[in-house]
Amino acid sequence: MAQITIKGVKKNYAKTAVIHGVDVNIEAGEFVVILGPSGCGKSTLLRMIAGLEDITEGEISISGKVVNKLEPRERGCAMVFQNYALYPHMTVRKNIGYALKVAKVPKPERDERVMKVAESVSLVPFLDRRPGELSGGQRQRVAMARAMVREPKVFLFDEPFSNLDAKLRVAMRSEVRRLHRDLGVTSVFVTHDQTEAMTLADKLIIMNAGRVEQIGKPTEVYNNPASRFVADFIGSPAMNLFEGEFDAEGQFMHGTGGRFRVEQLNGVRAPGSKVVLGVRPESIRRTGADTHGAFPAIVDYVEELGASRLIHADANGSRIIALDTDSAELLSGTPVHLALADNSLHLFSIEDGRRITH
Amino acid sequence: MIERSPVFDFVTYLAMALGALLVVIPFWITLVAGSQSLQEVSQVPISLLPSSHLFENLAAAWTRGDLGPKLINSFIVAIGVTVGKITLASLSAFAIVFFSFKARMLCFWLIFITLMLPLEVRIVPTYSIAANALLPFQVILDTLGITGLVQAVSGVQIALNWNLLNSYPGLILPLVATATGTFLYRQFFMTIPDELVEASKMDGASPLEFFWDVLLPLSRTNMLALATIMFVSSWNQYLWTLLVTTDRANFGTVVMQLKALIPAQNGTPDWNVTMAGALIIMLPPLLVVAFMQRWFVRGLISRDK
Repeated sequence: MAQITIKGVKKNYAKTAVIHGVDVNIEAGEFVVILGPSGCGKSTLLRMIAGLEDITEGEISISGKVVNKLEPRERGCAMVFQNYALYPHMTVRKNIGYALKVAKVPKPERDERVMKVAESVSLVPFLDRRPGELSGGQRQRVAMARAMVREPKVFLFDEPFSNLDAKLRVAMRSEVRRLHRDLGVTSVFVTHDQTEAMTLADKLIIMNAGRVEQIGKPTEVYNNPASRFVADFIGSPAMNLFEGEFDAEGQFMHGTGGRFRVEQLNGVRAPGSKVVLGVRPESIRRTGADTHGAFPAIVDYVEELGASRLIHADANGSRIIALDTDSAELLSGTPVHLALADNSLHLFSIEDGRRITH
Repeated sequence: MIERSPVFDFVTYLAMALGALLVVIPFWITLVAGSQSLQEVSQVPISLLPSSHLFENLAAAWTRGDLGPKLINSFIVAIGVTVGKITLASLSAFAIVFFSFKARMLCFWLIFITLMLPLEVRIVPTYSIAANALLPFQVILDTLGITGLVQAVSGVQIALNWNLLNSYPGLILPLVATATGTFLYRQFFMTIPDELVEASKMDGASPLEFFWDVLLPLSRTNMLALATIMFVSSWNQYLWTLLVTTDRANFGTVVMQLKALIPAQNGTPDWNVTMAGALIIMLPPLLVVAFMQRWFVRGLISRDK
C-alpha cells in the first residue's frame, strides 16, 4: 500500500501545455477515479504516475519517495490498459507470468502465483489459450491478472472498460470493486464515464483542460459541484443551468422574461449582476398552477425511462429538463407548471464558472 | 477487383499461362538437356522430351565442377549472409523505430538511400575495405596525425591490417548490410501498438527483453519471408564472390563453378553435363522457396492478428 503525492505537476508537449499544475494527495489504499472529458489530460496524468511520460515540472512521489527519475519498473505500479495490451503470441499463463519471468522469479513460484491470481479472476480454464481466442471480458480479466500478479503497490487503470459492452462493464466494475476490497491496494482509475466514476470512487478527481476542477467524494461532488463545468459534467441528465440575474425582490430573471421564485441562497442574491443558476432535473417537480413558486412551461418532448421520465420543456425561452414520476400522458405542446425544489439550488459565477458559496 | 465475363476470364488465363510458360520453359530445357546424352544434346533442333542419361550427367557434373566442397561453401556463405542480414536488419530497425535519439531519421535515411546503391556500384570501395577491413581506422588515424605522433614518440609505426580476401568473413560480411531488410522490419515494427511497448515497460522488461520476448516472436513470418529472399539472393551472388576469392579451389561457390562447367571453346560441347550441373546448383534455393512459400507469402502480404 502506498500513498501518492502529486505536487505542482505540469506537462508540456513541445510548446503546448496539456497539464497546468496539478496537486493531489492520494491516501494509501484509496480508490481514486480521475474523471474528465477526452483531452483533459487525465490519461497523461496517469501515465506520468506510471512513468510512461516525463514530468515537465513538479513532483510525483509514491510512498514518500520522489519517482520523477525512476523507470516504470522501479515505481512498483501495475497498469491495466484500455486495449488490454496483451502479448498476442503468448498464452494467458505466459502473459500473466511475464513480469515474474522478467523479474527472474523461479518457475515453480511463478506458476503458483499465476495460478492463484488466475483463480481469483476465474481464468483457470483459459490459461493455455492465446488472447486472440478470448472474449473482450476475458481479455480484460487477463490484463487485470497480469497487473495483480506482481503484487504492486499501486494499480493504475487507463479507461480499462471502454471497449466492453454495457452489461460487461457493470460486471467488471463490481469485480474491480471486489478486488480492491480484497487487496486494498491504492488504485488510480481513469475514465470519462461518470457512472463508472461515481460507483467506483472513494475519491473523485474531476479534470478539465489540464486543470483539476474538483476533488471530493462522489456524493460531495454531486451535491456541491465546485464549478459550472463539474455541475454540467456530473449527473445524467445534466444539471439545468440558467443564465440570468436576480431582481430586487429576489426573483431570478431568465430567458425572455421568465421568473423563478427563489427562497434560498440568502446573502448571495445580489440583484443586477449576471449569474448562472443550476438546478438538477430531480429537483424540479411538476405541480399545480396554484402551488407556491410554480412557473409555467410548454412541454417539448418526453423521454421515457421506465420508472420515471424526463420532461424536456421550454420556460420563457429557457430550456429545462425535469424528472417526473407521474405517469399521466404528456403530449408535445402541453402547458405544465413546474417548481424548483428547496435546498438544491446552485449558483455559479458567469465569468469564471466558480461556485458562489452561500 | 472482381469481374467475371468469359472474355475477361480468357484474357486473364492467357496472360497467366504466358507468364508461367516464360518462367517454366528455360527450366524445362535445362532439365531436358541435362537428361540427354552428348549425341542427343547436339542435335538440331533439340528434342523437348527428356531422355534417360540424367544420373550419369549429374555424376559427371559433380566431379567436373567439384560441386561437393563448393556446395558446402555456398551453404556457409548463403546461411551466413542470411543470418547476418536478419540480425542486422532487425536490430537496426528496432533502434530506428523504438528509440528516440537525435540522429534517428538521419540513420534511417542513410540506410534507406543505400537501397539505391547496389553492390555493383560500390564494389571498388567495398573491395578495398575487404582487402583491409581496418583501412578506415588507419585513414582516420593518419588524417588526425596520430600515426605520425606515435611514430615520432615511440618509433612504432601504426599499420592496421585485416585482410578479408579469400576467407568466409570476406565473402559474408560485406553482404550483410541490407536496406531492404531494415525497411521491411521497420514497416512491421511500426504496426506494433504503443500499448504493447508500454505494457512490457510496466512488466519491467528491458528493451532487449522486449525485443527478444515480444518483437522477434511476433515478427516470425516476416523473418522467414526475409530469410527466403536473402538466402536466394546470396546463393545467386556471383560478382562479389568472384572478386573476393582468388583461391577458388578452397573458397569458390557453386555459382562460380557454373563457368567451370561450360564446355571449353574447342573442347567437347557437352552441354548436357553443364545443364545437369545447373540443375544441382539451382536445387537448394528452389527447395528453400518451395518449403518457405507458405510463410513467404504471408510475411510479405498480410499481418498476423
